[in-house]
Amino acid sequence: MNPGDKPLILLKAEELQVKRGGTLVLDIPVLEIIAGQVLALIGPNGAGKSTLLLTLACLLKPSRGRFSFNGREIDAGRGDVDYRRRVAMVFQEPLLFDATVFDNVAAGLRIRGVGRAEIGRVVPGYLELFGIAHLAKRSARKLSGGEAQRTSLARAFVTKPEIVFLDEPFSSLDPPTREVLLGDLERIIRETRTTAVASTHDQTEALRLADRMAVMNVGKIVQIGPVAEVINRPADGFVASFVGVETVLPGRVLRSSDGVFTAAVEGGEIQAVGHLRPGERVLCCIRPEHVTLSTNIPPPGTSARNAFPGTIRKITPLGLFHRVRLDCGFDLVVYVTRQSIEELSLEEGKTVMASFKATAVHVIPRGAPPN
Amino acid sequence: MIKWSAKRGFTAMMIAALFLIGMALPACAAGPAQKNLILATTTSTQDSGLLDVLIPVFEKRTGYFVKTIAVGSGQAMAMGQKGEADVLLVHSPDAEKKFVAEGSGVNRMIVMHNDFIVVGPPADPAAIKGAKSTVEAFKKIAAAGSLFLSRGDNSGTHAKEKGIWKAAGINPEGQKWYQETGLGMGQTLNVAAEKKGYTLADRGTWLSLQAKLGLPILKEGDPILLNVYHVIAVNPAKWPKVNADGAKAFSDFMLSAETQGIVKTFGVEKYGGPLFFPDAGKPEYD
Amino acid sequence: MDLILEGIQKAFFLIFTLDAEVLGITLLSLKVSGTATLISLFIGISVGTAVALSRFPGRQLVVSLINTGMGLPPVVVGLFVTIFLWRNGPLGFLEILYTPTAIILAQAVIATPIVTGITLASIQHLPANLRLQILALGATRVQMVWLLVKEARLPLFAAVMAGFGGVISEVGASIMVGGNIKGYSRVLTTATVMETGRGNFDIAIALSIILLLLSFFINAILTQIQQRERPR
Repeated sequence: MNPGDKPLILLKAEELQVKRGGTLVLDIPVLEIIAGQVLALIGPNGAGKSTLLLTLACLLKPSRGRFSFNGREIDAGRGDVDYRRRVAMVFQEPLLFDATVFDNVAAGLRIRGVGRAEIGRVVPGYLELFGIAHLAKRSARKLSGGEAQRTSLARAFVTKPEIVFLDEPFSSLDPPTREVLLGDLERIIRETRTTAVASTHDQTEALRLADRMAVMNVGKIVQIGPVAEVINRPADGFVASFVGVETVLPGRVLRSSDGVFTAAVEGGEIQAVGHLRPGERVLCCIRPEHVTLSTNIPPPGTSARNAFPGTIRKITPLGLFHRVRLDCGFDLVVYVTRQSIEELSLEEGKTVMASFKATAVHVIPRGAPPN
Repeated sequence: MIKWSAKRGFTAMMIAALFLIGMALPACAAGPAQKNLILATTTSTQDSGLLDVLIPVFEKRTGYFVKTIAVGSGQAMAMGQKGEADVLLVHSPDAEKKFVAEGSGVNRMIVMHNDFIVVGPPADPAAIKGAKSTVEAFKKIAAAGSLFLSRGDNSGTHAKEKGIWKAAGINPEGQKWYQETGLGMGQTLNVAAEKKGYTLADRGTWLSLQAKLGLPILKEGDPILLNVYHVIAVNPAKWPKVNADGAKAFSDFMLSAETQGIVKTFGVEKYGGPLFFPDAGKPEYD
Repeated sequence: MDLILEGIQKAFFLIFTLDAEVLGITLLSLKVSGTATLISLFIGISVGTAVALSRFPGRQLVVSLINTGMGLPPVVVGLFVTIFLWRNGPLGFLEILYTPTAIILAQAVIATPIVTGITLASIQHLPANLRLQILALGATRVQMVWLLVKEARLPLFAAVMAGFGGVISEVGASIMVGGNIKGYSRVLTTATVMETGRGNFDIAIALSIILLLLSFFINAILTQIQQRERPR
């Protein structure tokens, strides 16, 4: 998107409620899905993530609610087939048909009445894209977990959906497989500029895939906003405890050599370890326990990496240690013991030096920018 | 060999379905109602093979389609009582008389007769061969407690057998040596042969099986063993839906000279003697 | 033992000389049981799928009835169908008692609960979210039902075989409603009973062998189809 473009709201849900047996399991006053962006839904089991996805995909009839897609009202209750054919959903289980991989991927096209010739032209490209071209003739029963989920994803994407809904698509895979598939999916979503809504338990997945994040609890959205913002500025204790404790800084690589690179983040430059090229976007995540505070402000010109002066904005006691939020031009969260606070006489408004090693930065690549 | 797949199998089933339904339809055509004639008769009559000869002749001549339902005399008359048959060909005189008396049947006419025989194991443990009459033979069997197989199915044969026990003043029911098979004549004979017991059988069925049975005739010729066949039309006044015309046509046919001629010669070639004796027009035996 | 050998000899003789009566009886058995099985498939698969996919008050009762129906004694069916088809019975006006149609009807009543019950179980056995996934792929309700039935095709083939097996071997109801009329409503099973009753064991055995061969042949084809589809 070009700066200055007003974000296009692809799907808007209003006053969405789902009741099950008298209990309200989903209660969303308003939710907008923005074109070209990925929205991550994160929350504990039973928070309503799956229910929300099913409702948005028109697979579950809400007790009440209004939807508009591209400005046009859609009837959530009656199962609008036209709408369902413009979106796609992938579940935690691959849910493949008892047929070959090719036939599975072609299923959505066949349902839409696409002819054999057209299918033969379109499907191979998607098999290639998802890395399963060599499995085209294989029976779905003989696939590994990762291969099956790739097939399910290819099946969803081949119909060129305007929105893809993903319900914890990687939860049932083992970590190495998850890692590879996550990377592939992230790349494909970025390259095709797909709009997606994905639920996940894993914050790293959210960080890698999503532009916006919504934290859910007992059927409500507790906080929604850009990923870094939700993680760095949790709205309340629940969100804070759920989303993890790293400081997340979006940035762009300036220079890189010998496996160490410098990224420009809002308010400064961070050095971190990784093989990245200039221009690539990254998320730099720093765990609060990896940051050291000192009251010595070194003179400018030192060779210390990742040393930032900052003003203490807030100190929150958290039991064994204290949570200190610094303003270094960017928000930085630090965990400090009570003793250290006393010894350094740390208090709100004081300026201190925060430093952390380049190796302490957890780097999440976000790839080359779209244009 | 055709390579079967689910798709091919399904298509094949669809084609087979249409084919079958197409073929089944003509087989289901019952024809106009008045052409159907339900003849209730006994298994022994059917088993003799006589009807296999007579029915086609009747059908060809009259155009009726005869549905021969072979059950026991008892069940045949029960069907008649309900109006579910049009005409009966049975051989259970006492029951038949009651049937007509109660108004269920009309035009009871004598058709033919054959006889029953008492057969049993060659060893003849109850020594009935020398008995003066069938009634006496039955008394001897009871006294000796020798195994006796009864059809026990209210057929004409069963009715005759019960009549003989009554005449002998014996009630065999529940006695250890008296077993009721509930089966047809042929099967009952086989059971008797297996278990080396006595039984009452119609000559026709026995003749057709005797080669393999090993159950010689031990008593025959007694007047009480006479087995008379009658044709009775179900009363159309009581049951308007019966095919009264068909019943009349069948009755006339059975009594006709030509039919009686066929009856007279039936079985001679195969068994060396006739299985039935024509009686149309003759006075009743009782 | 000689009896069985005699029976086998007789069977081959009847088959190879294409004995007209035996041929007629065999074809009629196929026609009648085949038609009944197909009717039971149409009704059974539709009803079974519908019940499997829907929720309605009293559903539990309906499922119990279907399961009970699977074990319905064929003679009971025969008795009730006969009573209904009697001239003076409620369906007497149809005038199909003692016709092959009546046998098809009785056999369809016997086979339909079997097919319904197996279909119901197999559709319910599919993954719970598969229905949603199919809808998510843009299927209409009709397409969804069709795809679900396709997914359950392995057990459905078993249902076909169970239904067919149940009726090709049925004798009690077939005699009662068909009347075992020579050349018209006599099928392999009823003919076997009749010949046994007459004591013609060699013919009875021959007919039994033909019935077994027929049944085996058809099931062999169905099994081949089914096994081609199985997980390997």
